[in-house]
Amino acid sequence: MTAVVRASLAGAPGWQLALAAVAVVALAIVPFVAPPFQTIQLCYGLIFAIAALGFNLLLGYTGLLSFGHSAYFGMGAYTVAMLVKYLDIRIMEVFVVAGVLASAAVAALFGLVCVRYTRIFFGILTLALSQVLWSLALKLFWVTGGTDGLRVPTPQLLGGLFAPAADKLGFLEFRYYYYVLALFVVCVGVMWVIVHSPFGKALQGIRDNETRAEFVGVQVRRYRWVAFVISGAFTGLAGALWVPLNGLTTPDILYWPFSGRIVFFTVLGGFHTFAGPIVGAIAYNYLETYAVGFTIYWQLVLGIVLVLLVLTMPTGLVGVLGQLATRVRRLRPA
Amino acid sequence: MDTFLTQVLNSLFYASILFLIASGLSLVYGVMRIINMAHGNLYAFGAYVAAWAIGLVASHLHVSLLFILLATGAAAAAVAGALLEPTLLRPLYRRAEEYQLLMTFGLLLILEDVMRLLWGSHPLTASALSDALGSVSIVGATYPAYNIFVIVVGGVAAVALWAFVYRTRFGVTLRATSQDRRMAAALGINVERVYVQAFTIGCLMAGLGGAVVMPLSGAVLGMGVDALILAFVVVVIGGLGSLEGALVGALIVGFVRTIGIIYFAEVELAVLYLIAALVLFARPAGLFGRA
Repeated sequence: MTAVVRASLAGAPGWQLALAAVAVVALAIVPFVAPPFQTIQLCYGLIFAIAALGFNLLLGYTGLLSFGHSAYFGMGAYTVAMLVKYLDIRIMEVFVVAGVLASAAVAALFGLVCVRYTRIFFGILTLALSQVLWSLALKLFWVTGGTDGLRVPTPQLLGGLFAPAADKLGFLEFRYYYYVLALFVVCVGVMWVIVHSPFGKALQGIRDNETRAEFVGVQVRRYRWVAFVISGAFTGLAGALWVPLNGLTTPDILYWPFSGRIVFFTVLGGFHTFAGPIVGAIAYNYLETYAVGFTIYWQLVLGIVLVLLVLTMPTGLVGVLGQLATRVRRLRPA
Repeated sequence: MDTFLTQVLNSLFYASILFLIASGLSLVYGVMRIINMAHGNLYAFGAYVAAWAIGLVASHLHVSLLFILLATGAAAAAVAGALLEPTLLRPLYRRAEEYQLLMTFGLLLILEDVMRLLWGSHPLTASALSDALGSVSIVGATYPAYNIFVIVVGGVAAVALWAFVYRTRFGVTLRATSQDRRMAAALGINVERVYVQAFTIGCLMAGLGGAVVMPLSGAVLGMGVDALILAFVVVVIGGLGSLEGALVGALIVGFVRTIGIIYFAEVELAVLYLIAALVLFARPAGLFGRA
């Protein structure tokens, strides 16, 4: 395992690591320089970035477009809400572990069915299965609260080392933000190792040519299934982190337009790059927040952005930045 | 006996609406290999336009003339389709299908708010139409006559669509394009034109569905998103791209839903999605689809 980690780190050029270090430092300073509103928005952005990172393991690296990732996000969130409602647990670590395990279990089950298909059938199947969960959350209201949803109070972090502060805003702005940031960094690291490991390379082989991958001995379905479960677990973690921040979970996060939103994050940033989904999720969150504040027709704004994106910028923000960087480098005399 | 008949008619009513939505979705997929996520919004658009048009003239015209105005919903959706396909979808046929799916998802968001912009967030309706017909009595069962009208519209649309696709010259070019786009183009078929026409017909069916359901359920925001997902279930069961499949799928979903409402209302939707997943698992191309 350490060999794999070392090998994948060796694969990263120095400037990428330096850039990542600068980004982490910048993210760590934010709560001290930005107003609470901005910090909390960024916190939402980081959580969505974890979901998009997981989602892109399937879309960008395995070539499977899931339109049902709301299922895993929602599973993470509802697991936390159930722990609060039925067991009265307020411990964040329990939330994280339970959320990840529950969503991974659902992904393992759904994945068994879904990975038999590719392309459009994969998309529809993931969508249909995610809507089973949505309709249950909606209809079994005595368990899930129906459309009213379930409330989740602020939890204890790190086994009571930081008890939930009376000042909820301050708690979310500092302690919870750093908690999310730490897990975000861990997720980015883990995902980096996964996509640069032999397993990750095999997934890319499957994406580029399934038949060839099969011929060189890659067990295509099993690899896809493992990628599906990892992807679901990441998205589930995001759901578990989201719910204490949001304070409430409703069936909306299980409904299929939310899956579309996760696809939107990833395409906005660019799904051909590692950093694309991260940038896309954070950018999308600001875009939506400001569009909602600016006009009641915010869906119109988002729709137009998406249409323009598909027509003019299919490589996404990171792709466009990459092209600009290459052009600048070429202009400079060697 | 009469409750049984009522339930059968309810199922047929529901199947009729579903067929109108799903047949268009399936036709578009069959010819163009695109899943139009905005299809449900075109259905909603049909409902809004019909409600608006009828609302404008309701006080001046006799009720029987208002029925003709239901066609405005279908026409408006068809025009929208004829404009959207060449401008927004045509540039994407050479790209990966993810982009086509995303484009139609973007369209879904746009259309949803365009309807909010045009008609506000209050539902529109034209219940004068369903009230005017009253109810009829069939073998002891009293049943709203407007629902029978919807069943008839669905049936007529199914026959007309079938005749159009299998009995006309245009239907031949449509099927040829659907089976092998490049071969059809090589034989001199104007594929671009066939695409616009197929997309327009698909939207027309959706708009008609929205228009005829509107006097009963009203034109409401969000109706498109809800309808799309059920239309997915229908085409997945019947087979993407197959008209027979859309019909059989609509009947299956219509009956299961009626039974579900009586016996297992809480999990009725979940059961439908599970049926769709099971069919895909056993027969990936659906009951009538070709792989």
